[in-house]
Amino acid sequence: MAVEPVTSLSGRMPDQAPESLRRPVSAQAAETAVRLEAVRKVFGETEAVAGIDLEIADGEFFSMLGPSGSGKTTTLRMIAGFERPTSGRILLHGRDVTGVPPFDRDVNTVFQDYALFPHMNVSENVGYGLMVRRVDRAERDRRVTEALRMVRLAGFGRRKPSQLSGGQRQRVALARALVNRPRVLLLDEPLGALDLKLREEMQIELKVIQQQVGITFIYVTHDQEEALTMSDRLAVFSEGRIEQVGSPADVYERPTTPFVAGFVGTSNLLRGDVARAVIGSEGTFTVRPEKIRMTDPDTAAGDDELFAMGEIRDVIYLGSDTRYVVALDAGGELVVTQQNLETSSMEVLEARGRAVRLAWKRRHVLALEGGPSAGEEEARRNP
Amino acid sequence: MTGTATAAHRAFGRRLATALYRRPRLQLGLLLGPPLGALVIAYLGALVLLLINAFWRYDAFIGRVVTQPTLDNFVQIVTASVFRDVAVRTVLTAGAVTIADAVIAFPIAYYMARVASHRTRNILVVAVVLPLWSGYLVKVYAWRVMLLNGGFLDSVLAPIGLRGPGLSDVSAWLVFSYLWLPYMILPIYAGLERIPGSLLEASADLGARASTTFRRVILPLTLPAVIAGSIFTFSLTLGDYVTPSLVAGGTQFIGNIVFENIGVVGNTPLAAAYACVPIVVMLIYLLLARRTGAFESL
Repeated sequence: MAVEPVTSLSGRMPDQAPESLRRPVSAQAAETAVRLEAVRKVFGETEAVAGIDLEIADGEFFSMLGPSGSGKTTTLRMIAGFERPTSGRILLHGRDVTGVPPFDRDVNTVFQDYALFPHMNVSENVGYGLMVRRVDRAERDRRVTEALRMVRLAGFGRRKPSQLSGGQRQRVALARALVNRPRVLLLDEPLGALDLKLREEMQIELKVIQQQVGITFIYVTHDQEEALTMSDRLAVFSEGRIEQVGSPADVYERPTTPFVAGFVGTSNLLRGDVARAVIGSEGTFTVRPEKIRMTDPDTAAGDDELFAMGEIRDVIYLGSDTRYVVALDAGGELVVTQQNLETSSMEVLEARGRAVRLAWKRRHVLALEGGPSAGEEEARRNP
Repeated sequence: MTGTATAAHRAFGRRLATALYRRPRLQLGLLLGPPLGALVIAYLGALVLLLINAFWRYDAFIGRVVTQPTLDNFVQIVTASVFRDVAVRTVLTAGAVTIADAVIAFPIAYYMARVASHRTRNILVVAVVLPLWSGYLVKVYAWRVMLLNGGFLDSVLAPIGLRGPGLSDVSAWLVFSYLWLPYMILPIYAGLERIPGSLLEASADLGARASTTFRRVILPLTLPAVIAGSIFTFSLTLGDYVTPSLVAGGTQFIGNIVFENIGVVGNTPLAAAYACVPIVVMLIYLLLARRTGAFESL
């Protein structure tokens, strides 16, 4: 199926969304949609969510990023009302909903497994929320048709979910949630079951739809690339806590903890003796792999550059780029990505064992707080 | 056995396995042949004999079966009011038993499948299955003792001014419902367990209260299981004659008439013809069940 090219994003601004799916523009643009206050959730003896505070603005595309077991899905389920927090408060547009059941909350969820009702056809699935809320038949039909058109499934109304492909089911689930005009839409790894190409198409489509309808999206994912490309802001979760909240650029360019540096992008940590030798000061530092220049050992470094000598230990050919793992003479290792501008796969694979000089601009070195954290080892395992 | 003999054996086994691998139809035939043969001879054969028998005639004067095709038995079943009454009573009781079992089984199965902890669930499954291991007659006699006039039920109900049903149609209904309950609980339990939890969450998420979720999601999705269970409870009640003869206090069911005509009178053709009644009823029931689409969503 054809996906609109990205360039049309700006051409399909909210005024082109179907009337019935758009939320009225709120008077205050920066109103808070969701607010979590010291929310904790304990299952038996495990603390799934260890006390988080979070504010999500109205109309925002907000991602919750983290490895499995980091508490992001539990947090989403508490906002939806499927789990009750052990302590803390949840506010939706200023209203305390901590003890409010899911059916009385103005939020809708797109489930990871889509959770389409197998005994209903596509129209009945999409119209379920309207039927339950006793919206009259004509209005219901009109809104269902519009919602299906929006997710480009017009004419699929009579099919059963079992007759649809994964991507189509995913869009039915989206239409079923959006048709109710929720104030907040929760998405629990909705693209997790799709293959890579379809996932990339759906990322663009979701973003377009979110901009059209102007609804707050809260998007749970463990895929850092997905979170970076789609979100207005994101929160990085680890072990039931939020490590950092910020825009994709903030989180990627200025990670504040070793965990974030490792989980979002590749961890390139310099600490202890290595930090003293290479950076010249105490602490834990990180350099993004694409900011490092790899040259012959005798090429001189620039004025504002730091450098380190090392030997290429491993070469991973990625098509457009090559990733080199370089063992530093001072100890430790750094990952370096280089575009394959002139090199071919044969040449890069021969680079193993070669001595190199790594150089990077001083301003690309980031100091991280607190040094190594408990989550860091995991971060290194989940690059 | 010597080593070479074992080796020869192995080689033969390997050749045989390869030959079978190349002829999947032969393999399937060898696998299914014996059980299918037994089924055709023992089951269909008996059924065909029964049907043929139904078209013969019992001559009361000479006290023997005359092998002369006739429709007399069927005419008698349809015209004689006693046969009609018994058939109607049996079918109504089977229906009432099915409804009672479905109503009782659903909450139990729901608790087992969706509420109980893993441990409690296993204990409950055993508790549901266990009565099936004890003797059928023991259970029916136990009920008979409880139901007898002045028996356990009467004395328990006396303080609140009620009496037990004694030995009656109602008693037959009670005992049947008790006997076949596990056959209803188990399929419903399996059906409920198969519903992904996310469907119920999705329903609540879309604004449905528990009662709506039950009516719109849980019930339609477990209907095939309920119908599977009802086929057990319904057909088992239709065919039984021991329970009515022990607790129904003299009123007859289809099974009793069949039993008496074979065992007491020796009129097997009439018994065979009457035995067609539950078969026809079950056929109609299955066709109706299929019309609801219950089998398609299985």
